Amino acid sequence: MPQKQRLTRQQMANRLAQEFQDGWLVNLGIGIPTLCSNYKQADKQIIYHSENGVIGYGSICPRGQEDHHLVNAGGQYVSLVEGASIIHHADSFAIIRSGMLDLTVMGAYEVAENGDFANWKTQGRRGGGIGGAMDLAVGAKRVFIAMQHTLRDGTPRVLERCTLPVTARGVVKLLATDLGLFEVSEAGLLMREIAPGYTPEEVQAVTAARLTVADDLKEMTV
Amino acid sequence: MRNKVYNSFDEAVADVPNGSTIMVPGFAGPGTPRNLIAALLRQGATGLTAISNHPGAGPFDHRVDLGALIEAGRVRKVVCSFTAAPHPSQATHFEKLYNSGQAEGELVPQGTLAERIRAAGAGIGAFYTPTGVGTELAEGKEHRVIDGKEYILEYPLHADYALIRAYRSDTFGNLQYRLSQRNFNPIMAMAARVTLVEVEQQIIALGAMDPDHVHTPGICVDRVVHIPPDGIHEEAIYRD
Repeated sequence: MPQKQRLTRQQMANRLAQEFQDGWLVNLGIGIPTLCSNYKQADKQIIYHSENGVIGYGSICPRGQEDHHLVNAGGQYVSLVEGASIIHHADSFAIIRSGMLDLTVMGAYEVAENGDFANWKTQGRRGGGIGGAMDLAVGAKRVFIAMQHTLRDGTPRVLERCTLPVTARGVVKLLATDLGLFEVSEAGLLMREIAPGYTPEEVQAVTAARLTVADDLKEMTV
Repeated sequence: MRNKVYNSFDEAVADVPNGSTIMVPGFAGPGTPRNLIAALLRQGATGLTAISNHPGAGPFDHRVDLGALIEAGRVRKVVCSFTAAPHPSQATHFEKLYNSGQAEGELVPQGTLAERIRAAGAGIGAFYTPTGVGTELAEGKEHRVIDGKEYILEYPLHADYALIRAYRSDTFGNLQYRLSQRNFNPIMAMAARVTLVEVEQQIIALGAMDPDHVHTPGICVDRVVHIPPDGIHEEAIYRD
């Protein structure tokens, strides 16, 4: 048995980025999802969309080379790729809701086996931070989530049903955590890949939903 | 065509009464009307309702934005897509007042916020959107199934004043924005009764702007002020 090795944030992002298809229009949320664009894929051209109306942004600008009129949704100064375009905020969300976006990758507090997820309001806090999450969740053709499998104290975040107020219902297709890659299917959560050194029983033990293990379960390679 | 150039921000905001509803664009910095906000702060209007994607700065950020008006106690309500910061360490001035009940908040998903603003400027009475269906935010709202998909009814957001930041303007107020500075600016400029603009470049003569390159037509603009050398210029690094 190899040594147990949870995935790093960048590795979770890389694993989801491997699923991107050539020509997709993709929106990356703040946090782990942003790291997806670091994964270089010479054989695929991905167009990145940002809520603030930037279509076709590129790498993060090194300090001193930023253009102070150009940020992505995370407020990072970015470059533009050739062929980029700029639209206003209402048009940007028209693109999101109308189904032109092939994929959105977001972080979450909780994901449920029925494809619900929660990422805007935490326990005991008044108000919340929705940003574009609800629009992206209902509008994009696919929703992928990247998050830690449990809280620091081991409390599961992959659940039978969300306990926090949901962002959208039944939309999550694929979930990457530090312990595995999970597909939301009719039969619930299908574990397709597992972190090096872990057994399905060990992952099930920190998951509050029933996991189905894929017949061809693979060790994650990123 | 009428010359809409004002000589100072103080003159441009002089008539904003207490209790006004103001629109404040900007997204993570670019497009934030910092000079108009600073002038409104000096002018003293209070009891304001602000419509903005984000309630602005907290103790962690000293740039002038909506947070400065909130910190000064001038804002009674904010309509925005973040009534709480993603992490408590980023808590805004607004969040403090909101949590203690000293300010009201209306939490709106960002795309619904943009569309409600657009609708106000477009003469639309209300619209159905799929965003928020099945969530806490849909409670109490009219639902309707159209072609098998569920939507909720949302109403426009009007304002008395829009505070706009643009890159270029002519004397009539035809505006151009630069890159992601555009964000909420064009839709807010159309949704308010009175539209005030701070302009980064020198204001150019009538006829000097290519009509095909106008982002916001001057008919939607009431007052324009060039940002003077001692104004707020943090977005002054260009690569073009």
